[in-house]
Amino acid sequence: MDLDLMINSLPKLLSATLTTLKLLSLSLIFGLIIGLFFAIMRLSKNKFISNFSYGFSYIFRGTPLLVQIFIIYFGLGQIEYLRSTILWTILKEPYWCAIIAFSLNTGAYTSEILRSAFQTIKPGLIEAGKSLGISSKIIFYKIQIPVAIKQSLPAYGNEIILMLKGTSLASTVTLMDLTGVAKYIISTTFKPVEVFIVAGGIYLFLTFLIHNLIKFTEKKMSTN
Amino acid sequence: MELLYFGSKGWGDELFAAFLMTIAVSITAMLIGILFSIIFTPLKLSNNKIFNFIANFYTTVIRGVPELLVIYLFFFGGTGAIMFVASIFGYNEYIEINAFITGSFAIGIISGAYSTEVFRGAIQSIDTGQFEACKALGFKKYIYFFKVIIPQMLRLAIPNLSNVWQITLKDTSLISVTGLVEIMRQSYIAAGSTRDPLFFYSFAALLYLILTFLSMKILNKLEKNYSKGF
Repeated sequence: MDLDLMINSLPKLLSATLTTLKLLSLSLIFGLIIGLFFAIMRLSKNKFISNFSYGFSYIFRGTPLLVQIFIIYFGLGQIEYLRSTILWTILKEPYWCAIIAFSLNTGAYTSEILRSAFQTIKPGLIEAGKSLGISSKIIFYKIQIPVAIKQSLPAYGNEIILMLKGTSLASTVTLMDLTGVAKYIISTTFKPVEVFIVAGGIYLFLTFLIHNLIKFTEKKMSTN
Repeated sequence: MELLYFGSKGWGDELFAAFLMTIAVSITAMLIGILFSIIFTPLKLSNNKIFNFIANFYTTVIRGVPELLVIYLFFFGGTGAIMFVASIFGYNEYIEINAFITGSFAIGIISGAYSTEVFRGAIQSIDTGQFEACKALGFKKYIYFFKVIIPQMLRLAIPNLSNVWQITLKDTSLISVTGLVEIMRQSYIAAGSTRDPLFFYSFAALLYLILTFLSMKILNKLEKNYSKGF
């Protein structure tokens, strides 16, 4: 066991953790918006719209995240037309490609979580709102959304942890996140076990934090 | 479409072989995972604190650390570990382990952590009355385990196990970083030499979709079969 290496690699790994956290938080924010959007589409009465939303989530949940990143990072650059548009300034950056792929992926899972939360809201709640003469817009924003958020919190907590692990794939498109730096140190020192303990420890600590944060929020919300 | 021709002109036969390789790795990894969970589930449920700790350590670490990091550990560390063991027995030459074996073991250990949780949950949700009834009827331990607990556990575990299968199937794409020629690796090679990444990665996505779709159909049938009443 090489303790010196473990201590020396810690600052490098910690600064890479910042990249990981940035990737995670940005993808989660975009993913939540995408997820909410597709969940509402999924519940639409229009068959075409709801099927489109189902197709989106089916494709993104049925293929590995690695394929999605590669299609966006390596594949989209091939389309000549895209290279001439303003989108190209974003798509040529591996950082944004990774965030787009992560957001779409977590958006697909989030839309399923939110859909099932919306569907399990007791119809009595909505009827009560209606009978009190509240407009359907306010019912949606003030009753359906808060209740759905509360119900989907445990499942969404799992999704955050899955996404934290998913950000490790950013290292496959040249980004130096926690896994990327860990791999670099492993391949230069050939000490996989030591680096694994440090990097894995950081990941475990983050999972632990997220897990407790979600538990805390759940408790807070249930008292209301 | 010419890119998909079989033979030396296209990539059809290579991709088909890679498709079969993905299936082979996924099944091997899933079986290794189930083997691991057969070892770790009893440890998790035992009353011994040390056994509990070992099993909890395994499932928590593996489920909290990215799959890619575990694969790197195995890829870079596997050879070293085996050579170390071999050197104890006096064999000092370089040993290269097959990418298939390292890959399926890495994915198998990850999949095992998830199946352990599935089996634990299934056994814990069996009504305690069942255990008591078996005792009251004076069943021998192994009979009540194999004839009462296991059949009930399976019907509870199979829906969740099919989720584990889907996760395992998708995780195999990560073994491509170790050089095993499965769907992802083959698409990478084909995309590199034809300069057509969009087509090949989209085709890879399609192959994975076919796999997840087919396995869902098969597993749903299995689920129906097992959820019949006794």
